[in-house]
Amino acid sequence: MSVTTIDPLRPGTSRGLRRFLEVPDGAYRGVLAAVAALFAILLLAFIASLVIQSRSAFAHFGFSFLTTHKWDPVHAHFGALAFIVGTLETTVIAMVIAIPIGLGCALALAFAVPRRLQVPLGTAVELLAAVPSVVYGLWGLLVLAPWMRQYIEPWLGHITGNHFPFSGAQIGTGLLLAGIVLSIMVLPTLVAISRDVLMAVSETEIEGAFALGATRWQVMRKVVIPSARSGILGATTLATGRALGETIAVTMVIGNTPAFAHSLYSTSATMASVIANEFTEATEPYHLASLVAVGLLLMALSVLVNLAARLAVRSVSRQRAIGVGLL
Amino acid sequence: MTVMAADPVVARRTEIQQTAQRSADRRQLLSRFGLLACRICLLIALTPLVALLVYVFIRGASAWNWAFFSALPHPAGIPGGGISNAIIGSLIIDGIAAAVAIPFGITAGLFLSQSDGRIPGLLRLAADVMSGVPAIVVGIFAYVVLVLHHPGSLGHYSGVAASFAIGIVMLPIIIRASETAIRGVPSVLSEAGLALGARKATVATRIVLPAALPGLITAVLLAIARGAGETAPLLFTAGGAQFLANSPLKQMNAVPLVIYQDGIQAYPDIVRVAWGSALALVLAVLVLSVGSRLVSARIRRVRDV
Repeated sequence: MSVTTIDPLRPGTSRGLRRFLEVPDGAYRGVLAAVAALFAILLLAFIASLVIQSRSAFAHFGFSFLTTHKWDPVHAHFGALAFIVGTLETTVIAMVIAIPIGLGCALALAFAVPRRLQVPLGTAVELLAAVPSVVYGLWGLLVLAPWMRQYIEPWLGHITGNHFPFSGAQIGTGLLLAGIVLSIMVLPTLVAISRDVLMAVSETEIEGAFALGATRWQVMRKVVIPSARSGILGATTLATGRALGETIAVTMVIGNTPAFAHSLYSTSATMASVIANEFTEATEPYHLASLVAVGLLLMALSVLVNLAARLAVRSVSRQRAIGVGLL
Repeated sequence: MTVMAADPVVARRTEIQQTAQRSADRRQLLSRFGLLACRICLLIALTPLVALLVYVFIRGASAWNWAFFSALPHPAGIPGGGISNAIIGSLIIDGIAAAVAIPFGITAGLFLSQSDGRIPGLLRLAADVMSGVPAIVVGIFAYVVLVLHHPGSLGHYSGVAASFAIGIVMLPIIIRASETAIRGVPSVLSEAGLALGARKATVATRIVLPAALPGLITAVLLAIARGAGETAPLLFTAGGAQFLANSPLKQMNAVPLVIYQDGIQAYPDIVRVAWGSALALVLAVLVLSVGSRLVSARIRRVRDV
């Protein structure tokens, strides 16, 4: 049985393409589903390869891999606690600085700058999110670190009397600088997403509040922030995820000492920085397996944080969540 | 004549007005301070970011000359030298990664845009979460698959291993952004095509994808910009090299690697090369990001007319 169909193809289409375009709908869906399945297989292979390569470290060191901090490649004894703590410390420093500034910045961009500056400033912030992390690292190491050593750290020591945690040698690089560089790096992401979330608050609610006589500050505090709360939470969590996994910039400014930091000035290491720093030199099998194990932990941590962030943002609005996926 | 006793209603009204005025004044003052605080935050946030860009431009531009782009790196202690091998290496690594990730990602995006349900939903979530996984972990994956000694692996550092890692960094971005772009195409267009008797494949390639082109271009350029700036996964995949490899199966250098490795050196001449490379990388990434906006805006405008 033959059916006459209108040929939707332009004349001159190549035979191969013509044949592809005439594939039955079932085969077309099959091809698409196969490609999507390939993506799923890739992800499974990703996780499987990390698990397989790190198995010997977990089998050999057991639970003490997570609870001890001795990282000694010479005697092949590895515990990742110092890096887990280092990651948490740098992330906390970064977020303590970035969250209030980022939130104020997003509020200003959404409600407190002249309308004609809104778009250019917003675009500038989005473009800054694209600056590669190695450039932040270079700037942090060569510009910010000497500046910290000469001005900021003596000044902090002066006003705090060199008491803990502002004690120790003032050498510029270290935990505090890593936290500061991280905070600068996550700001564009944090600001861009929270501004989108703030601008998505319904216009009628805002106008209603103004009609009741609220000032701009009151509208922001009582209407905008409460209704954007879960979106802001999502933006913050996403930025935290970035700070946790940030590698190159932190490696360049943290000093790379595989031990606990004793003050804000001491050199330390994070999970990502120890991988970047030691992976190419890891010839001993347990060393390599332990680094892959640190990578697996880092991945698990960032997957958890990202899942939480996506769920928080997604509950605001589906469309916004897709926009967030771009950043 | 006695003064008329104040009308209690008027008195009450004046009192209310005064209270309201006081409240409004107080709230206005607070509001002004609050807004000022927000603007100060904006200033604090923009200062280091602008300072960074200005610094990179000044230090980088002073490192630029013809030899910087055409010459090979010089050994430590000998002034001059360029990054031609790193630029070509980056182009090859990112080119291969994009050539594989773009068709793969757009096809997967097309699938997700036409599918609802539990499994596509999971894939969507997986792509979202993947875009947040630290790139250094992706580098470990590429190392395990293509650098570590085992059958099927190259067994050494190579440009292809770097492409594999960068491609995986690009993939989730392309998938989600192209899905969004394709979902934005009005369904009447594809329904009209189907009503004319066209196959689904024809509708997809002739109607839906061309209509989604502005969004697809944005998706692709953003993904390339992100991939080109990644350094961490290159460390133990590309390996770095002082010479230009004649095949992507060999060890290669890349611009982000130059910045990382030269930036931590003690020789001023080598640090100069790092600044020059940083400027080149920042410009490339900014051009891609700005370009993606301009191109998609232009296509939209032409279509609207």
